Amino acid sequence: MVNLFINQAFPIEIPNFMLRAFLLFPLLCLTLLSTSFSARAAMEIQVIGGAASKIAVAWVPFQAVPGQPEPTLTAIAGDDLDRSGQFRRVDVSGMLQPVAPAQVDYGVWRGKGADAVVIGHVAALPGGRFEVRFYLLDVIKQTQLAAFSYTISAAQWRATAHQIADIVYEKLTGIPGAFSSRIAYVQKQGKRFELRVADADGQNPRTVVRSDEPVISPRFSPDGARLAYVSFEDKKPVVYVQSLRDGRRSKVAAFKGSNSAPAWAPDGRRLAVVLTRDQASQIYLINADGSGLTRLTRGGNLDTEPVFSPDGKTLFFTSDRGGSAQIYRVATSGGEPRRVTFSGSYNVSPAISPDGRNLTYISREDGRFSVALHELASGQTRVLTDTARDESPSFAPNGQAVLYATVQGGRGILGTVSLDGKTRTRLSEPGVDAREPAWGP
Amino acid sequence: MNKIFLPVLLALTLSACGTTPDTQATIEDRTGATATTPAGSAAGAGSTGLDGSGVAGSALPGESSAGDPRKDPASPLSKRSVFFDFDSYVVKPEYSPMLEAHAGYLQSKRDARIILQGSADERGSREYNLALGQKRAEAVRRALAVLGVSDSQMEAISFGEEKPRSEASTEEAYAENRRTDVVYGDE
Repeated sequence: MVNLFINQAFPIEIPNFMLRAFLLFPLLCLTLLSTSFSARAAMEIQVIGGAASKIAVAWVPFQAVPGQPEPTLTAIAGDDLDRSGQFRRVDVSGMLQPVAPAQVDYGVWRGKGADAVVIGHVAALPGGRFEVRFYLLDVIKQTQLAAFSYTISAAQWRATAHQIADIVYEKLTGIPGAFSSRIAYVQKQGKRFELRVADADGQNPRTVVRSDEPVISPRFSPDGARLAYVSFEDKKPVVYVQSLRDGRRSKVAAFKGSNSAPAWAPDGRRLAVVLTRDQASQIYLINADGSGLTRLTRGGNLDTEPVFSPDGKTLFFTSDRGGSAQIYRVATSGGEPRRVTFSGSYNVSPAISPDGRNLTYISREDGRFSVALHELASGQTRVLTDTARDESPSFAPNGQAVLYATVQGGRGILGTVSLDGKTRTRLSEPGVDAREPAWGP
Repeated sequence: MNKIFLPVLLALTLSACGTTPDTQATIEDRTGATATTPAGSAAGAGSTGLDGSGVAGSALPGESSAGDPRKDPASPLSKRSVFFDFDSYVVKPEYSPMLEAHAGYLQSKRDARIILQGSADERGSREYNLALGQKRAEAVRRALAVLGVSDSQMEAISFGEEKPRSEASTEEAYAENRRTDVVYGDE
């Protein structure tokens, strides 16, 4: 059985074993976690708005086999692209359904207004496994843009659909997709708190911490294998780091006073944390095993919410040193902090884009807390959301959207917004209060 | 320092004696608690306006509270919360008697420990609010340090907006959540 198509015009040089390993890894983590924690209902997504001009994609339903998982791969991948706001789906009802590129009549699809068409098929393999093949075809140029094959188990169904969405997104926009990434968030039900990790579409939620005391500020390690977070289970805030592989965890910062606001250095070996052991809330650097503590900021002011620049050389953080809550930057090697935000009296919770060019944060104006986007080179700032109680913004791994928490109908929900502010999604689960989201790899 | 605190403690003891009804003594005996001071304030919260023995008896939290001035509602030691104005981290003068009483108690009991739990209202960033709650806890810690309490007896921490006393989103609720609570380690 051939597991990889090498297209003559567009060779794709990803050996199948790598692809498989990549698919297996996160699934393995989740399987291990699910042995101790059961999965529950997932969040539902609502898409609002979208880009003015969208790429039209015809998702031809893949040839199916009896007993394949639900929903279909094209439904999952199509939903992924819908959420980006950059795509629209071409109506494929009543059309012939080609399963191989040679069967595609480009003229017909051009007549339907399609820019690209996705075709494929699923075949059953022994042992309950499936072979999935898919092709992405450029209708205008009448060429094949991508062709992939996967040999998967039923448990890898959704992950495979997200990979297909990532490939289609990248081939058609030139930007890597982020549909295979995961998010972490905290949900509150009554007096119970759960720290959860889910797929970027809110599906596949797994509880990694369950507590009667609050949990805040989860942050994925750069490789996505660990979570740092703040737990109040010791009757005070303590910073923990937990492996998502085996659930093992350790206290990284449990000094006298409060310990909070963990941020991973890009190398995954160090964290910035906020400690009050020397009285005021100050930023420190500490190794992920809790050793090698060094103090970074000084003075009697309030410094918190540190975040590393992608090159690891700069820390952005919130401080009241200027008389109001503003964002500052300081070299991780030390030195004098410099102010970054100037307008308004409350700019907090900075997060930096993966390319290091944009800063997102929460800005208060007229009593409304909204997600702002700030281009570091020009200083140009704009508000991305029209909600009033936004918190905890973080960038998608591809930098194209911001995940944040907000309040709707008195209940905490999660939302995403594209960098142009035109596409928003809402992720919520009935009866559940969601907060403190973080977008991970 | 002691010059200030001795009269305070004496006043506490006396006032506690004066307000304890006779019925409380019997109840105390029944639970097996041993009164170690003549204050007779074991009934604590149960002694305020309750004359039914069953009701007062159920208010006894345990043996350790027997004679504990911290449990006497007439004592400033029973006051545990310092409230702050909006965007303020200054301990108002009205809390001086309360803090002086706690400082006196801590200096008389060197093995006693307190946790100062700062809080903030729910508006804005959770981490920033955690730091604001810390500022309120630190303000009370500094006030107690000035009154002579050893640093080793105090820990200032913050709950930020995570453990609100009032969950409503009103100005009254916000004001109630801008505070520092004094909690003893043995409580």
